[in-house]
Amino acid sequence: MTFATPNLVPVYPEIFLLVALSAILIADLFVSETHRFLTYAYTQLALVGTAGFLVLGATGVPLTTFGGMFVDDPMARTLKLVAVLAVALMLAYSRSYNQQRGLFRGEFHVLILFALLGIMVMVSANHFLVLYLGLELLSLSMCALIALQRDSAQSTEAAMKYFVLAALASGLLLYGLSMLYGATGSLQMALVSNSILSGSADPAILVFGLVFVVAGLAFKLGVVPFHMWVPDVYEGAPTAVTLFVSTAPKIAAFAFFMRLLVGALGSLVSDWQSMLVIVSVLSMLVGNVTAIAQTNIKRMLAYSTISHMGFLLLGILSGSLGGYAAAMFYVVAYVLMSLGAFGVILLLGREGFEADQLDDFKGLNKRNPWVAFMMLLIMISMAGVPVSVGFFAKLSVLSAVLDAGMTWLVVVAVLMSLIGAFYYLRVIKLMYMDEPEDTTPIVAEADHRILIGLNALAILVLGILPQPLIDLCLASITQSMRG
Amino acid sequence: MSMHSLYLLVPLAPLAGSLLAGLFGRQLGRAGSHTVTILGVALSFLASLVIARDVFAGHLFNGPVYTWLSVEDITMSVGFLIDPLTVTMMLVVTFVSLMVHIYTIGYMEEDPGYQRFFSYISLFTFSMLMLVMANNFLQLFFGWEAVGLVSYLLIGFWYTRPTAIYANLKAFLVNRVGDLGFLLGIGLILAHFGSLDYATVFERAPLVAHDTIELVSGSPVSLMTVVCILLFIGAMGKSAQMPLHVWLPDSMEGPTPISALIHAATMVTAGIFMVSRMSPLFELSETARSVVLVIGASTALFMAFLGIIQNDIKRVVAYSTLSQLGYMTVALGASAYPVAIFHLGTHAFFKALLFLGAGSVIHAMHHEQDMRNMGGLRKYMPITYVTALIGSLALSGIPPFAGFFSKDAIIEAVQASSLPGAGYATFAVMAGVFVTAFYSFRMLFMTFHGKPRMDEHTREHLHESPWVITLPLILLAIPSVVAGYMAIDPMVMGNYFGNAITVLPGNGGLHVLREEWHGVGAFMAHGVTALPFWLAIAGIACAAAFYLKWTGVPDIFMARLRGLYTLLDNKYYFDRFNEIVFAGGAREVGTGLWRVGDMRLIDGVMVNGSANLVGRLSARLRRVQTGYIYHYAFIMIFGVFILMSLWFVKA
Repeated sequence: MTFATPNLVPVYPEIFLLVALSAILIADLFVSETHRFLTYAYTQLALVGTAGFLVLGATGVPLTTFGGMFVDDPMARTLKLVAVLAVALMLAYSRSYNQQRGLFRGEFHVLILFALLGIMVMVSANHFLVLYLGLELLSLSMCALIALQRDSAQSTEAAMKYFVLAALASGLLLYGLSMLYGATGSLQMALVSNSILSGSADPAILVFGLVFVVAGLAFKLGVVPFHMWVPDVYEGAPTAVTLFVSTAPKIAAFAFFMRLLVGALGSLVSDWQSMLVIVSVLSMLVGNVTAIAQTNIKRMLAYSTISHMGFLLLGILSGSLGGYAAAMFYVVAYVLMSLGAFGVILLLGREGFEADQLDDFKGLNKRNPWVAFMMLLIMISMAGVPVSVGFFAKLSVLSAVLDAGMTWLVVVAVLMSLIGAFYYLRVIKLMYMDEPEDTTPIVAEADHRILIGLNALAILVLGILPQPLIDLCLASITQSMRG
Repeated sequence: MSMHSLYLLVPLAPLAGSLLAGLFGRQLGRAGSHTVTILGVALSFLASLVIARDVFAGHLFNGPVYTWLSVEDITMSVGFLIDPLTVTMMLVVTFVSLMVHIYTIGYMEEDPGYQRFFSYISLFTFSMLMLVMANNFLQLFFGWEAVGLVSYLLIGFWYTRPTAIYANLKAFLVNRVGDLGFLLGIGLILAHFGSLDYATVFERAPLVAHDTIELVSGSPVSLMTVVCILLFIGAMGKSAQMPLHVWLPDSMEGPTPISALIHAATMVTAGIFMVSRMSPLFELSETARSVVLVIGASTALFMAFLGIIQNDIKRVVAYSTLSQLGYMTVALGASAYPVAIFHLGTHAFFKALLFLGAGSVIHAMHHEQDMRNMGGLRKYMPITYVTALIGSLALSGIPPFAGFFSKDAIIEAVQASSLPGAGYATFAVMAGVFVTAFYSFRMLFMTFHGKPRMDEHTREHLHESPWVITLPLILLAIPSVVAGYMAIDPMVMGNYFGNAITVLPGNGGLHVLREEWHGVGAFMAHGVTALPFWLAIAGIACAAAFYLKWTGVPDIFMARLRGLYTLLDNKYYFDRFNEIVFAGGAREVGTGLWRVGDMRLIDGVMVNGSANLVGRLSARLRRVQTGYIYHYAFIMIFGVFILMSLWFVKA
């Protein structure tokens, strides 16, 4: 038996990230409490380096390595870059929040980087086991992150719930994957796909496995009825962690869907399409309707995420390249909006005070018009009002569904987003039309304020000029999914 | 300058003036505003004169100027049709408008809305010119609505007066009824002729003359009759024919120059013009012409009666306008379109003259309009008196004034008509002559003769109006005297209109009229021996007897004929009927729809109901989130079960 050294070039970003985070893990031991800022700086440097590897190493063509287990294609590069950007922004937004609550520690940064590594592995996985490896790396890091504030009963409870339910979901997923392995005799995506196309696999077992795979995937994405962890985790986790949970892992989940359903099980599209329709409609319904009854903005955003993920599924279930590109555009837009929304919540919070109630937004316009305006942009984008990126995200998935001939689904989706508009607009109403209850001045670090501004303006600019991002998504998808 | 750009100049010069005065009125100031608008209209008038010479040299024009949109094979464009009919209207409109512009300088000198007023009347001139110059129905409709809009704005010019607001709303609503008919007519034309272009429609008209449509399924009616009656309903609104006449008397709430320009000389004649323009269509439907004849005759007579009992000087003139519009309509019904246009032209001059004369009186009397408080003004305002006398003689149809020729031509045309209803029409126009002469001289005597009845203060300040007011009076008095004498031969008897107006052989009195024509002198000689002339003289004599000599007689009549007086005083109860049935009914229906449709169905069920439903659902769904981990796990497993059963169902 010979061991050929695999081509490591496609894996350079992951290798760099792993090396860097190990170095930070060790370096952090020697950094005194007063110089903890160094750890933060190293972490951001590591992210910049990873981003550099991602950009410079981009080839534009799909490459596989490790015997076909790992794939590096334009979609992976783009999604990883967005994930790295999201993590960098998230760290910047949460710095002062963490400092005020004693969370500004080495573990936090290292766990985040581990989770990011998991995301990157998942995005590039071309083999069931690699996929699972990345998934568990992400899940376990997330679990630890949620529980990071270990004195808080709420955080611990949320982590506990997430752990148990994630274990259940992993079980379902593994069960499904084992069925697929049994039917096709392979764990490699490409080979699974070929085997199904050749007709040698037993369709009954395949679809049986598919059900469990979809359930596992749906849990990661947090869509109904596998969404129950989402509100509790969003509320229970420290806001900094919530920000993380609501952004980068969604990118991984999207890649997860693309690799598994489209890449490996693409020929079963008619089977998973109907499953996704149910899940998507339920998510839009439960997400939007339940969000109305919330008084806690973190919970409200949790339900909003559920409904957004329902919309994201619309793009995937349309089963066309245009639909996948629309879904990818949607996930990028969603990550931008979610970063902004939680960024504002973090900005409003201060020592001993979490701005996590809707009432905390009352009269924000009088207290700080700039921040209120940023939040306004974010909310109208989430509601899908034109001249915001959220509008084009919804428009592109809906037109993909329309092209697939499911007009009724478009009508349902539009009605649901109509219901959703209510609670987004309520935030705006609270900010602009109500009197402030709390008149404490809002203080925030300069970098935080500038980044929030850029974040919200990006939502606006991409709403006016969405074409470059749409083109990028379409190019990534067509180049990656053709082969 | 080519003729083509001259055509464009005619409507655009007043528009430019209007925009300048309207948008930059404050910067231009009062003098600046009236200068630009008068310059615009004067330019337009001069251009019209040049065009008129060109047209009578035989150069007609029909073509698009600008294509607005093109859908499949229907093209909608802005275009001009320049022929004798158009040119006549252009001359009347620009001339009267120019006079009114000049007159306004004096009449409105103290009004704070001076610039606004000039902007409006110039805008009106533009709209009216677009209407008469149109070569297609769409542009006609544009002009039609635009003049309606300006009329609305000007009736309510003194917008702080509740009566003015009531009057302009009424004018607007009543015209809606007419315009709906008009629009339906245009729609029917588009549907059956496939074009909105005059030339195309007229060309195809004989081909569809015998087509029928079913308004109620099973009973076919003639297409041409339906089209013509619908178009005529539009004309009834604009030209204030019974029963859509109710807005015109109230429109006198507007400033007097407006009453002269819009509500006597030009806009109200748009209906007459339109029907003449559509003569190729109306000629094909005897039923429609019969309707036109009867409605015109009724308006001519019954509105004249109302003129007798009015005491407001402007209202007398207003009812006289209604009655004269009736005369024109009668001429249309008798297929004597050139006669209608002829009367339109002479009427425009003498009626504008009478209105501006009344305005001059009102101006001198410090906005007093009640004739019972006037009297003896002759010696204070000689120019106004003489011009008003000329106007009244013209209106009464005394030779050789303009009204005589046009009115006599109408009466003879009706006598020669053989349509159903022609007998009634003949009686109505004959009786109308007496009544017209009576009320116009009643007005003249009450205002200018007898003892002064105004208070001391007003009398001390009485004086002749400034030259800007008297100049238009004199300029209008000239055509009021000579226009009939000069125009009847070429316009009615000759081939003045060429192909602009179609009269089918055997239709109506025009042909008879032409056969009997032996020149102006003979016409006049025949006129003084005929019945209408003596009826007019009798009317004047009665007026003189009742209002100069035995001034107690009218009161005795009033007391004896209480019932008749009440009927007339309430204007035949048209307003009461409209208020109770239409306005009241509409309000009832509106309230009903609001209560049931809006409050219950839309607000109750659809808006609040759906919001309620979502809210309740939200509260329910929220409770699903119990916080217990085994509930969560159960829901996940249940989800797997659902997905799986879906697959079983499909298999």
